[in-house]
Amino acid sequence: MPRYMDDFLAARSQMALSLGFHIIYACIGMVMPFFMAVSHYKWLRTGRPVYKDLTKAWSKGVAIFFATGAVSGTVLSFELGLLWPEFMKHAGPIFGMPFSLEGTAFFIEAIALGFFLYGWEKLNRWFHWFTGLVVGFSGLASGILVVAANAWMNSPAGFDFVDGKYLNVDPVAAMFNKAWFSQALHMSLAAFASTGFAVAGVHALMLLRNRQSEFHAKAFRIAAVFACIAALLQPLSGDLSAKDVAQRQPAKLAAMEALYRTERSAPLIIGGIPDDKTGQVHAKIEIPGLLSYMAHGEWQAEVTGLDKIAPADRPPVAVTHYAFQIMVGIGTLLMIISLVYFIALARKRSWLEKSWFLKLFVFAIPLGYIALEAGWVVTEVGRQPWIIYGVMRTADAVTPMPGIAWSFYLFSAIYLSLSLIVIFLLYRQIKMVPVLYSSGSSDLKKTH
Amino acid sequence: MEAVVIIFFCVSILLYFLLGGADFGAGIVELLTSRKNLSKTRKTMYHAIGPVWEANHMWLIIAVVILFVGFPSIYSAMSVYLHIPLAIMLIGIIARGTAFVFRHYDAVKDRMQQTYNRIFVYSSFITPLFLGIIAGSVISRHIDTGARNFADAYIWGWLNGFSISVGLFTVALCGFLAAIYLIGEADDAADRQRFIRKAKQMNLAAVASGCIVFVFAEQDGVPLRSWIFENPVGLSAITAATLSLVVLWYLLLRGKTRVLRILAGFQVTMILVAISYAHFPYFLRLKNGQDLSLYEHMAPEKTIQTLGVALLAGSLLILPFLGYLFYSFQRSAEDDGTA
Repeated sequence: MPRYMDDFLAARSQMALSLGFHIIYACIGMVMPFFMAVSHYKWLRTGRPVYKDLTKAWSKGVAIFFATGAVSGTVLSFELGLLWPEFMKHAGPIFGMPFSLEGTAFFIEAIALGFFLYGWEKLNRWFHWFTGLVVGFSGLASGILVVAANAWMNSPAGFDFVDGKYLNVDPVAAMFNKAWFSQALHMSLAAFASTGFAVAGVHALMLLRNRQSEFHAKAFRIAAVFACIAALLQPLSGDLSAKDVAQRQPAKLAAMEALYRTERSAPLIIGGIPDDKTGQVHAKIEIPGLLSYMAHGEWQAEVTGLDKIAPADRPPVAVTHYAFQIMVGIGTLLMIISLVYFIALARKRSWLEKSWFLKLFVFAIPLGYIALEAGWVVTEVGRQPWIIYGVMRTADAVTPMPGIAWSFYLFSAIYLSLSLIVIFLLYRQIKMVPVLYSSGSSDLKKTH
Repeated sequence: MEAVVIIFFCVSILLYFLLGGADFGAGIVELLTSRKNLSKTRKTMYHAIGPVWEANHMWLIIAVVILFVGFPSIYSAMSVYLHIPLAIMLIGIIARGTAFVFRHYDAVKDRMQQTYNRIFVYSSFITPLFLGIIAGSVISRHIDTGARNFADAYIWGWLNGFSISVGLFTVALCGFLAAIYLIGEADDAADRQRFIRKAKQMNLAAVASGCIVFVFAEQDGVPLRSWIFENPVGLSAITAATLSLVVLWYLLLRGKTRVLRILAGFQVTMILVAISYAHFPYFLRLKNGQDLSLYEHMAPEKTIQTLGVALLAGSLLILPFLGYLFYSFQRSAEDDGTA
């Protein structure tokens, strides 16, 4: 290992970092407009000022995250070329279709946001509401399209690879590759669950400080319902993804499950420390046959292990395995919290006021995002050493320019400070709720 | 469809220059505004560009997507040899886009505002400077794909007199566009006079830096003179730009805002046409004499077909909605003015 970071590792780290931050900004920017639209709808229907205030408060969050999501997305569209020019030279025309549609969706989102943020008292009330909803749907469409492009890297389609040449390019077939649906569904649900839990958790925290706040109670309710529905649906989508990956990318599944040897009725491994040298997993819990069932729908089915994969084509096992464990572990936890929430709504209304209940949601604030990032690691690291699965190696795609480590340090510093500022701004927005909004100011009188 | 894709590409670059450029220019005007008028200028500016702010910057994304889907080898070559200026431009875009939103959405207006302001104005200068540097490098045969050392390959391709002068010219044009635009948004006579003065200064700066571009073009062997003066289209475009300059100065004294905006946009468009028409369709001109043509480096036919359809369908959705956005807020600004 050299003293400084080598360029290839730096390029991969910079890409991971940029996507890692963008994914969070983008998820918040695409999910919060839906919360906002629900609250706005309630304001138009009931005329209760608390909903108007909540809509306005959330729209500020949307504006902040849309702006950070837009710039980090712009950066990514250039970084693809700056870091992986060889990849883009060949892949651009094949997987570019979803990006060109995403350009449209993103543009519409920006226009609709302009209408929404500046349209109070100026536009027809329902047209105004509609523009808010357009922000949400076009954001969601952007997300699905970008994930479809990523799915193509996992499941290349729409071209023939002959003697190192990319022939018979069909961008539409590339967009509707085999992985697009399962990946887009999983990602969209993850966006709703993670953002829902984060928003609900923040309002739960404020409720713990002031139980009388109608503002935070309404906010909590809207966000929690979205979050809990998404968290309950997510395991179904996860099952779909697992079967899909087992079929298309056996190496990724083997790494996720640290399955070193091909087996019939393969066990599901929970936890454990994989050891590449001996091919053993230490300190694990095994559930016999479950992996075979999850991957192929049969308890006796054979699951491909890493022994069937050429050593040069194996993804890093430990990172993929740990990330997968984190994702599934947190997913399960969020599902349990969601069940508790719906039980409370249906049978035990008194729980909604209890501190343990609110604390549960406060505890869940970062969990969704941790699971989201872990899932992203599973799909990206699990695809290695390929940038286009089975076609082009990541190492062959990297820019020839030396010194990428410096660029990585610089972009790390920028993204880190950007995130700190965003957190600082949100903290201030939340702190100022009683001062900025009339329905919040009644809270202020009660607390002081 | 080839023509559709190329037209969309050129139009999105042009619109980014005009609309995004006016946004950058607003920051440049702010940078050059004296302290006592600052808060007033900021208010007018926010009022003017707030609603259309995000939309104006989408044109860059459209242009980049067309470039990497439709002309991947050109995108790839630019990404490798112009890595450094592109990265600086991106940092400018991040800093500017976020600072503008942060300063508006920070619930507490305290000393942090000064930090946002500072980031905003400097990045408003840096970003178009580097956009201009990139544009200058792309057309001037400075990029050396056969270079054997780091500096020749990754530095001197863009760090040269011609590219930098194009960068400064771009900055001046952006400032000019913004000042003209802001004249119409000013809500009192004193403000108006200030923006008119700024527009004049920026116009002079643009003319001066334009002359400097010619000097460096001669020195660096860029055939700018023959592109503009020996080509009928180039010549008529630059003549139209010069003539409209005379009209523009006359109108500046009269203060007809809507005509002024159209004229300024027309003028910048003509300048872009004059510079690029003669070497169209050669988009990237390399040091080894190889010129990469948009036609020869196009993506496979089926990609161009679907890209063209996507762009046409997208613009059917976008343009009416965008037009209504500009219309709504133009009208509401006028309503505010009369109320």
